[in-house]
Amino acid sequence: MSERERLFSSKNMELLKNPLGSSNPITVQVLGICSALAVTAQIKPAVVMSISVIIVTALANLIISLLRNTIPNRIRIIVQLVVIASLVIIVDQVLKAFVYDVSKQLSVFVGLIITNCIIMGRLEAFALANKPWPSFLDGLGNGAGYGLILIIVAFFRELLGSGSILGYNIVEKLNLEKLGYENNGLMVLSPMALITVGIIIWIHRSRNRSLIENN
Amino acid sequence: MENVINIFVKSIFIENMVFAYFLGMCSYLAVSKSVKTATGLGLAVIFVLGITLPVNYLLENFVLKDGALAWLGPQFATLDLSFLSFIMFIAVIASMVQLVEMVVEKFAPTLYANLGIFLPLIAVNCAILGGSLFMQQKQFINVGEATVYGLGSGLGWFLAIIGIAAIREKTKYSNIPAPLRGLGIAFIITGLMGMAFMGFSGIKL
Repeated sequence: MSERERLFSSKNMELLKNPLGSSNPITVQVLGICSALAVTAQIKPAVVMSISVIIVTALANLIISLLRNTIPNRIRIIVQLVVIASLVIIVDQVLKAFVYDVSKQLSVFVGLIITNCIIMGRLEAFALANKPWPSFLDGLGNGAGYGLILIIVAFFRELLGSGSILGYNIVEKLNLEKLGYENNGLMVLSPMALITVGIIIWIHRSRNRSLIENN
Repeated sequence: MENVINIFVKSIFIENMVFAYFLGMCSYLAVSKSVKTATGLGLAVIFVLGITLPVNYLLENFVLKDGALAWLGPQFATLDLSFLSFIMFIAVIASMVQLVEMVVEKFAPTLYANLGIFLPLIAVNCAILGGSLFMQQKQFINVGEATVYGLGSGLGWFLAIIGIAAIREKTKYSNIPAPLRGLGIAFIITGLMGMAFMGFSGIKL
Protein backbone atom coordinates (compact mmCIF):
# COMPACT_ATOMS: atom_id res chain seq x y z
CA MET A 1 0.00 0.00 0.00
CA SER A 2 1.81 3.12 -1.18
CA GLU A 3 -0.52 5.88 -0.12
CA ARG A 4 -2.51 5.12 2.99
CA GLU A 5 -6.10 6.16 2.94
CA ARG A 6 -7.36 7.73 6.12
CA LEU A 7 -9.61 5.44 8.13
CA PHE A 8 -12.57 7.79 8.02
CA SER A 9 -12.04 9.39 4.63
CA SER A 10 -15.14 10.74 2.92
CA LYS A 11 -15.25 7.72 0.62
CA ASN A 12 -15.38 5.39 3.58
CA MET A 13 -18.04 7.45 5.30
CA GLU A 14 -20.16 7.16 2.16
CA LEU A 15 -20.02 3.37 2.55
CA LEU A 16 -21.46 3.79 5.99
CA LYS A 17 -24.05 6.41 5.07
CA ASN A 18 -25.46 5.29 1.71
CA PRO A 19 -27.21 2.13 2.98
CA LEU A 20 -29.19 4.28 5.41
CA GLY A 21 -30.79 6.19 2.55
CA SER A 22 -30.34 5.93 -1.18
CA SER A 23 -29.13 2.32 -1.29
CA ASN A 24 -31.04 0.95 1.69
CA PRO A 25 -30.84 -2.86 1.70
CA ILE A 26 -34.55 -3.40 2.30
CA THR A 27 -36.33 -0.66 0.39
CA VAL A 28 -33.92 -0.37 -2.56
CA GLN A 29 -31.74 -3.46 -2.90
CA VAL A 30 -34.58 -5.85 -1.88
CA LEU A 31 -32.29 -7.86 0.39
CA GLY A 32 -33.04 -9.47 3.71
CA ILE A 33 -36.78 -9.08 3.73
CA CYS A 34 -37.28 -12.67 4.83
CA SER A 35 -36.48 -12.21 8.48
CA ALA A 36 -37.13 -8.48 8.57
CA LEU A 37 -40.88 -8.59 8.81
CA ALA A 38 -41.61 -11.37 11.23
CA VAL A 39 -39.80 -9.82 14.18
CA THR A 40 -41.36 -6.37 13.98
CA ALA A 41 -44.54 -6.76 16.03
CA GLN A 42 -42.72 -5.15 18.97
CA ILE A 43 -39.73 -2.83 19.27
CA LYS A 44 -37.60 -4.87 21.64
CA PRO A 45 -37.13 -7.98 19.49
CA ALA A 46 -36.62 -5.71 16.48
CA VAL A 47 -33.77 -3.91 18.25
CA VAL A 48 -32.14 -7.17 19.34
CA MET A 49 -32.50 -8.56 15.82
CA SER A 50 -30.98 -5.41 14.27
CA ILE A 51 -27.98 -5.52 16.59
CA SER A 52 -27.43 -9.21 15.80
CA VAL A 53 -27.62 -8.57 12.07
CA ILE A 54 -25.26 -5.57 12.26
CA ILE A 55 -22.69 -7.65 14.13
CA VAL A 56 -22.97 -10.61 11.77
CA THR A 57 -22.83 -8.56 8.55
CA ALA A 58 -19.88 -6.48 9.70
CA LEU A 59 -17.84 -9.44 10.94
CA ALA A 60 -18.74 -11.71 8.00
CA ASN A 61 -17.74 -8.96 5.58
CA LEU A 62 -14.47 -8.47 7.45
CA ILE A 63 -13.60 -12.17 7.56
CA ILE A 64 -14.50 -12.88 3.94
CA SER A 65 -12.61 -9.82 2.83
CA LEU A 66 -9.51 -11.01 4.70
CA LEU A 67 -9.87 -14.44 3.06
CA ARG A 68 -10.90 -13.16 -0.36
CA ASN A 69 -7.66 -14.03 -2.12
CA THR A 70 -7.50 -17.57 -0.77
CA ILE A 71 -11.09 -18.72 -1.42
CA PRO A 72 -11.40 -20.78 -4.63
CA ASN A 73 -14.18 -19.33 -6.73
CA ARG A 74 -16.11 -22.59 -7.19
CA ILE A 75 -16.72 -23.28 -3.53
CA ARG A 76 -17.09 -19.73 -2.31
CA ILE A 77 -20.79 -20.09 -1.42
CA ILE A 78 -20.07 -22.95 0.96
CA VAL A 79 -17.17 -21.06 2.54
CA GLN A 80 -19.38 -18.01 2.98
CA LEU A 81 -22.15 -20.09 4.50
CA VAL A 82 -19.76 -21.69 6.96
CA VAL A 83 -18.38 -18.34 8.09
CA ILE A 84 -21.88 -16.87 8.44
CA ALA A 85 -23.25 -19.94 10.20
CA SER A 86 -20.44 -19.92 12.76
CA LEU A 87 -21.01 -16.23 13.51
CA VAL A 88 -24.74 -16.82 13.84
CA ILE A 89 -24.18 -19.71 16.24
CA ILE A 90 -22.09 -17.40 18.43
CA VAL A 91 -24.77 -14.70 18.34
CA ASP A 92 -27.48 -17.26 19.10
CA GLN A 93 -25.60 -18.63 22.11
CA VAL A 94 -24.96 -15.11 23.43
CA LEU A 95 -28.66 -14.22 23.07
CA LYS A 96 -29.70 -17.42 24.83
CA ALA A 97 -27.33 -16.66 27.69
CA PHE A 98 -28.16 -13.00 28.26
CA VAL A 99 -31.66 -12.21 26.91
CA TYR A 100 -33.41 -15.56 27.02
CA ASP A 101 -36.97 -14.22 26.74
CA VAL A 102 -36.19 -12.22 23.58
CA SER A 103 -34.34 -15.21 22.16
CA LYS A 104 -37.49 -17.32 22.69
CA GLN A 105 -39.57 -14.63 20.98
CA LEU A 106 -37.27 -14.50 17.96
CA SER A 107 -37.39 -18.34 17.78
CA VAL A 108 -36.17 -19.57 14.40
CA PHE A 109 -35.43 -16.12 13.06
CA VAL A 110 -32.02 -15.89 14.71
CA GLY A 111 -31.03 -19.02 12.80
CA LEU A 112 -32.47 -17.54 9.66
CA ILE A 113 -29.89 -14.73 9.76
CA ILE A 114 -27.73 -17.34 7.99
CA THR A 115 -29.87 -17.19 4.89
CA ASN A 116 -30.54 -13.48 5.24
CA CYS A 117 -29.86 -12.25 1.74
CA ILE A 118 -28.28 -9.02 3.03
CA ILE A 119 -25.27 -10.89 4.29
CA MET A 120 -24.76 -13.12 1.25
CA GLY A 121 -25.58 -10.19 -1.02
CA ARG A 122 -22.99 -7.89 0.52
CA LEU A 123 -20.37 -10.65 0.65
CA GLU A 124 -20.84 -11.36 -3.04
CA ALA A 125 -21.19 -7.77 -4.14
CA PHE A 126 -18.65 -6.06 -1.90
CA ALA A 127 -16.44 -8.09 0.41
CA LEU A 128 -15.07 -10.40 -2.29
CA ALA A 129 -13.62 -7.45 -4.17
CA ASN A 130 -12.61 -4.95 -1.50
CA LYS A 131 -10.12 -4.41 1.32
CA PRO A 132 -11.06 -5.43 4.88
CA TRP A 133 -11.68 -1.98 6.38
CA PRO A 134 -14.08 -0.69 3.68
CA SER A 135 -15.81 -4.10 3.76
CA PHE A 136 -16.25 -3.84 7.51
CA LEU A 137 -17.79 -0.38 7.12
CA ASP A 138 -20.02 -1.59 4.29
CA GLY A 139 -21.29 -4.40 6.50
CA LEU A 140 -21.86 -2.00 9.38
CA GLY A 141 -23.72 0.42 7.11
CA ASN A 142 -25.94 -2.22 5.52
CA GLY A 143 -26.72 -3.80 8.86
CA ALA A 144 -27.67 -0.38 10.18
CA GLY A 145 -29.83 0.36 7.13
CA TYR A 146 -31.65 -2.90 7.73
CA GLY A 147 -32.02 -2.12 11.43
CA LEU A 148 -33.35 1.36 10.69
CA ILE A 149 -36.26 0.02 8.60
CA LEU A 150 -36.88 -2.74 11.13
CA ILE A 151 -37.16 -0.28 14.00
CA ILE A 152 -39.38 2.15 12.07
CA VAL A 153 -41.77 -0.67 11.16
CA ALA A 154 -41.72 -2.04 14.70
CA PHE A 155 -42.37 1.42 16.17
CA PHE A 156 -45.55 1.91 14.16
CA ARG A 157 -46.75 -1.64 14.62
CA GLU A 158 -46.28 -1.57 18.36
CA LEU A 159 -47.70 1.93 18.77
CA LEU A 160 -50.82 1.38 16.65
CA GLY A 161 -51.23 -2.31 17.36
CA SER A 162 -50.77 -2.59 21.10
CA GLY A 163 -50.66 1.09 22.06
CA SER A 164 -47.24 1.00 23.66
CA ILE A 165 -43.63 1.96 23.01
CA LEU A 166 -40.95 -0.44 24.21
CA GLY A 167 -43.58 -2.12 26.40
CA TYR A 168 -44.61 1.18 28.06
CA ASN A 169 -48.36 1.40 27.58
CA ILE A 170 -49.15 4.91 26.34
CA VAL A 171 -52.81 4.40 25.53
CA GLU A 172 -53.56 3.24 29.06
CA LYS A 173 -51.53 6.04 30.66
CA LEU A 174 -53.28 8.77 28.69
CA ASN A 175 -56.71 7.18 29.19
CA LEU A 176 -57.35 7.31 25.47
CA GLU A 177 -59.70 4.37 25.77
CA LYS A 178 -62.25 6.64 27.48
CA LEU A 179 -62.26 8.88 24.42
CA GLY A 180 -63.22 5.91 22.30
CA TYR A 181 -59.74 5.08 20.96
CA GLU A 182 -59.07 1.41 20.30
CA ASN A 183 -55.92 -0.41 19.37
CA ASN A 184 -55.86 -1.70 15.83
CA GLY A 185 -55.42 -5.44 16.29
CA LEU A 186 -54.67 -5.89 12.61
CA MET A 187 -51.32 -4.10 13.00
CA VAL A 188 -49.99 -6.95 15.14
CA LEU A 189 -50.81 -9.53 12.46
CA SER A 190 -48.36 -10.33 9.72
CA PRO A 191 -49.96 -8.78 6.60
CA MET A 192 -49.69 -5.28 8.06
CA ALA A 193 -45.91 -5.58 8.28
CA LEU A 194 -45.80 -5.94 4.50
CA ILE A 195 -48.17 -3.05 3.97
CA THR A 196 -46.18 -0.84 6.38
CA VAL A 197 -42.99 -1.56 4.44
CA GLY A 198 -44.88 -0.85 1.20
CA ILE A 199 -45.87 2.55 2.57
CA ILE A 200 -42.29 3.28 3.72
CA ILE A 201 -41.08 2.50 0.19
CA TRP A 202 -43.76 4.79 -1.20
CA ILE A 203 -42.69 7.71 1.01
CA HIS A 204 -38.98 7.03 0.44
CA ARG A 205 -39.36 6.97 -3.33
CA SER A 206 -41.61 9.97 -3.57
CA ARG A 207 -38.94 11.99 -1.72
CA ASN A 208 -36.10 10.50 -3.78
CA ARG A 209 -37.46 10.35 -7.29
CA SER A 210 -34.35 8.81 -8.84
CA LEU A 211 -35.29 5.47 -7.27
CA ILE A 212 -38.60 5.09 -9.10
CA GLU A 213 -38.83 1.89 -11.18
CA ASN A 214 -40.43 1.53 -14.57
CA ASN A 215 -43.48 -0.64 -14.45
CA MET B 1 -53.17 -41.06 8.50
CA GLU B 2 -55.49 -38.31 9.68
CA ASN B 3 -52.59 -36.68 11.45
CA VAL B 4 -50.54 -36.64 8.27
CA ILE B 5 -53.33 -35.00 6.28
CA ASN B 6 -53.68 -32.39 9.03
CA ILE B 7 -50.00 -31.52 8.83
CA PHE B 8 -50.21 -31.29 5.04
CA VAL B 9 -53.22 -28.96 4.92
CA LYS B 10 -51.93 -26.89 7.81
CA SER B 11 -48.52 -26.34 6.22
CA ILE B 12 -50.04 -25.29 2.89
CA PHE B 13 -52.73 -22.89 4.02
CA ILE B 14 -52.67 -22.01 7.70
CA GLU B 15 -48.94 -21.80 8.30
CA ASN B 16 -48.05 -20.69 4.81
CA MET B 17 -44.32 -20.01 4.56
CA VAL B 18 -44.75 -16.68 2.79
CA PHE B 19 -47.89 -15.22 4.33
CA ALA B 20 -47.55 -16.36 7.91
CA TYR B 21 -43.76 -16.35 8.39
CA PHE B 22 -42.40 -14.23 5.51
CA LEU B 23 -39.90 -16.91 4.59
CA GLY B 24 -38.29 -16.92 1.18
CA MET B 25 -39.39 -13.34 0.55
CA CYS B 26 -36.22 -12.34 -1.29
CA SER B 27 -36.59 -14.75 -4.16
CA TYR B 28 -40.36 -14.44 -3.88
CA LEU B 29 -40.15 -10.74 -4.74
CA ALA B 30 -37.25 -11.01 -7.16
CA VAL B 31 -38.48 -13.89 -9.34
CA SER B 32 -42.22 -13.14 -9.45
CA LYS B 33 -42.30 -11.01 -12.57
CA SER B 34 -43.60 -13.77 -14.85
CA VAL B 35 -45.63 -16.90 -14.15
CA LYS B 36 -43.28 -19.14 -16.13
CA THR B 37 -40.13 -18.46 -14.13
CA ALA B 38 -42.16 -18.43 -10.92
CA THR B 39 -43.39 -21.95 -11.70
CA GLY B 40 -39.82 -23.17 -12.21
CA LEU B 41 -38.62 -21.73 -8.91
CA GLY B 42 -41.72 -22.96 -7.07
CA LEU B 43 -41.22 -26.53 -8.31
CA ALA B 44 -37.56 -26.42 -7.33
CA VAL B 45 -38.49 -25.28 -3.82
CA ILE B 46 -41.02 -28.12 -3.37
CA PHE B 47 -38.41 -30.56 -4.58
CA VAL B 48 -35.60 -29.37 -2.31
CA LEU B 49 -37.84 -28.98 0.77
CA GLY B 50 -39.16 -32.52 0.22
CA ILE B 51 -35.61 -33.87 0.17
CA THR B 52 -33.83 -31.81 2.82
CA LEU B 53 -36.48 -32.07 5.53
CA PRO B 54 -36.32 -35.88 5.99
CA VAL B 55 -32.50 -35.77 5.87
CA ASN B 56 -32.35 -33.01 8.46
CA TYR B 57 -34.95 -34.82 10.54
CA LEU B 58 -32.77 -37.93 10.70
CA LEU B 59 -29.71 -35.79 11.43
CA GLU B 60 -31.54 -34.00 14.23
CA ASN B 61 -32.87 -37.17 15.84
CA PHE B 62 -29.85 -39.42 15.48
CA VAL B 63 -26.96 -36.99 15.83
CA LEU B 64 -27.75 -33.55 17.13
CA LYS B 65 -30.52 -33.76 19.74
CA ASP B 66 -29.79 -34.06 23.44
CA GLY B 67 -28.95 -37.74 23.99
CA ALA B 68 -29.50 -38.57 20.32
CA LEU B 69 -26.10 -40.25 20.05
CA ALA B 70 -27.11 -42.96 22.56
CA TRP B 71 -27.21 -45.55 19.75
CA LEU B 72 -23.42 -45.28 19.48
CA GLY B 73 -22.94 -46.53 23.04
CA PRO B 74 -23.75 -45.47 26.60
CA GLN B 75 -20.79 -43.11 26.87
CA PHE B 76 -22.35 -40.88 24.18
CA ALA B 77 -25.81 -40.74 25.78
CA THR B 78 -25.18 -37.44 27.56
CA LEU B 79 -23.91 -35.51 24.54
CA ASP B 80 -25.96 -32.54 23.36
CA LEU B 81 -24.84 -31.21 19.99
CA SER B 82 -27.90 -29.07 19.32
CA PHE B 83 -25.81 -25.88 19.16
CA LEU B 84 -24.36 -27.26 15.92
CA SER B 85 -27.74 -27.54 14.24
CA PHE B 86 -27.52 -24.31 12.20
CA ILE B 87 -24.23 -25.20 10.59
CA MET B 88 -25.22 -28.83 10.01
CA PHE B 89 -28.58 -27.92 8.47
CA ILE B 90 -27.10 -25.35 6.13
CA ALA B 91 -24.35 -27.77 5.12
CA VAL B 92 -26.94 -30.46 4.35
CA ILE B 93 -29.02 -27.99 2.38
CA ALA B 94 -26.09 -26.66 0.37
CA SER B 95 -24.80 -30.11 -0.48
CA MET B 96 -28.27 -31.51 -1.20
CA VAL B 97 -28.93 -28.68 -3.61
CA GLN B 98 -25.65 -29.42 -5.35
CA LEU B 99 -26.50 -33.14 -5.49
CA VAL B 100 -30.03 -32.55 -6.72
CA GLU B 101 -28.64 -30.25 -9.39
CA MET B 102 -26.28 -32.95 -10.65
CA VAL B 103 -28.92 -35.70 -10.57
CA VAL B 104 -31.50 -33.58 -12.34
CA GLU B 105 -28.97 -32.53 -14.96
CA LYS B 106 -28.11 -36.16 -15.67
CA PHE B 107 -31.52 -37.80 -15.64
CA ALA B 108 -34.02 -35.06 -16.48
CA PRO B 109 -32.36 -32.56 -18.82
CA THR B 110 -35.64 -30.87 -19.73
CA LEU B 111 -36.49 -30.25 -16.09
CA TYR B 112 -32.94 -29.01 -15.59
CA ALA B 113 -33.28 -26.59 -18.47
CA ASN B 114 -36.50 -25.29 -16.94
CA LEU B 115 -35.20 -24.93 -13.38
CA GLY B 116 -31.84 -23.75 -14.68
CA ILE B 117 -30.33 -21.01 -12.58
CA PHE B 118 -32.87 -21.36 -9.78
CA LEU B 119 -31.53 -24.57 -8.30
CA PRO B 120 -28.26 -23.15 -6.94
CA LEU B 121 -30.13 -20.05 -5.70
CA ILE B 122 -32.30 -22.21 -3.52
CA ALA B 123 -29.48 -22.98 -1.09
CA VAL B 124 -29.89 -19.48 0.29
CA ASN B 125 -33.68 -19.40 0.20
CA CYS B 126 -34.82 -18.83 3.78
CA ALA B 127 -37.86 -21.03 3.25
CA ILE B 128 -35.63 -24.10 3.05
CA LEU B 129 -33.63 -23.44 6.21
CA GLY B 130 -36.79 -22.14 7.86
CA GLY B 131 -38.54 -25.44 7.10
CA SER B 132 -35.77 -27.35 8.85
CA LEU B 133 -35.76 -25.03 11.85
CA PHE B 134 -39.54 -25.25 12.24
CA MET B 135 -39.28 -29.03 11.92
CA GLN B 136 -36.84 -28.93 14.85
CA GLN B 137 -39.37 -26.99 16.93
CA LYS B 138 -42.41 -29.05 16.03
CA GLN B 139 -40.90 -32.39 17.06
CA PHE B 140 -42.59 -34.68 14.57
CA ILE B 141 -42.87 -38.30 15.61
CA ASN B 142 -41.46 -39.90 12.45
CA VAL B 143 -39.74 -39.22 9.15
CA GLY B 144 -43.02 -39.50 7.23
CA GLU B 145 -44.55 -36.53 9.03
CA ALA B 146 -41.43 -34.44 8.48
CA THR B 147 -41.47 -35.25 4.75
CA VAL B 148 -45.14 -34.37 4.46
CA TYR B 149 -44.49 -31.11 6.29
CA GLY B 150 -41.70 -30.32 3.82
CA LEU B 151 -43.83 -31.07 0.76
CA GLY B 152 -46.75 -29.11 2.19
CA SER B 153 -44.70 -26.01 2.97
CA GLY B 154 -43.14 -26.22 -0.49
CA LEU B 155 -46.57 -26.40 -2.08
CA GLY B 156 -47.73 -23.42 -0.02
CA TRP B 157 -44.73 -21.41 -1.20
CA PHE B 158 -45.41 -22.53 -4.80
CA LEU B 159 -49.04 -21.33 -4.59
CA ALA B 160 -47.95 -18.01 -3.15
CA ILE B 161 -45.37 -17.26 -5.83
CA ILE B 162 -47.67 -18.33 -8.68
CA GLY B 163 -50.39 -16.11 -7.24
CA ILE B 164 -48.27 -13.00 -7.00
CA ALA B 165 -46.64 -13.59 -10.38
CA ALA B 166 -50.05 -13.76 -12.03
CA ILE B 167 -51.16 -10.56 -10.29
CA ARG B 168 -47.94 -8.75 -11.19
CA GLU B 169 -48.35 -9.70 -14.84
CA LYS B 170 -51.73 -7.95 -14.76
CA THR B 171 -50.54 -4.87 -12.85
CA LYS B 172 -48.17 -4.08 -15.72
CA TYR B 173 -51.20 -2.59 -17.45
CA SER B 174 -52.55 -0.59 -14.54
CA ASN B 175 -51.81 2.97 -13.62
CA ILE B 176 -49.94 2.76 -10.31
CA PRO B 177 -48.60 5.92 -8.59
CA ALA B 178 -45.00 6.25 -9.79
CA PRO B 179 -43.20 5.85 -6.43
CA LEU B 180 -45.14 2.68 -5.69
CA ARG B 181 -44.26 0.94 -8.96
CA GLY B 182 -42.37 -2.32 -8.79
CA LEU B 183 -41.33 -3.15 -5.27
CA GLY B 184 -43.80 -1.00 -3.35
CA ILE B 185 -46.93 -2.40 -4.93
CA ALA B 186 -45.55 -5.94 -4.72
CA PHE B 187 -45.32 -5.54 -0.94
CA ILE B 188 -48.86 -4.23 -0.67
CA ILE B 189 -50.26 -6.99 -2.91
CA THR B 190 -48.49 -9.57 -0.75
CA GLY B 191 -50.00 -7.98 2.34
CA LEU B 192 -53.49 -8.18 0.84
CA MET B 193 -52.93 -11.80 -0.22
CA GLY B 194 -51.74 -12.49 3.31
CA MET B 195 -54.99 -11.10 4.70
CA ALA B 196 -56.94 -13.38 2.40
CA PHE B 197 -54.88 -16.35 3.58
CA MET B 198 -55.60 -15.38 7.20
CA GLY B 199 -59.13 -16.54 6.48
CA PHE B 200 -57.82 -20.08 6.69
CA SER B 201 -56.58 -19.59 10.23
CA GLY B 202 -60.10 -20.13 11.53
CA ILE B 203 -59.98 -23.78 10.42
CA LYS B 204 -59.54 -26.08 13.39
CA LEU B 205 -57.42 -29.11 12.59
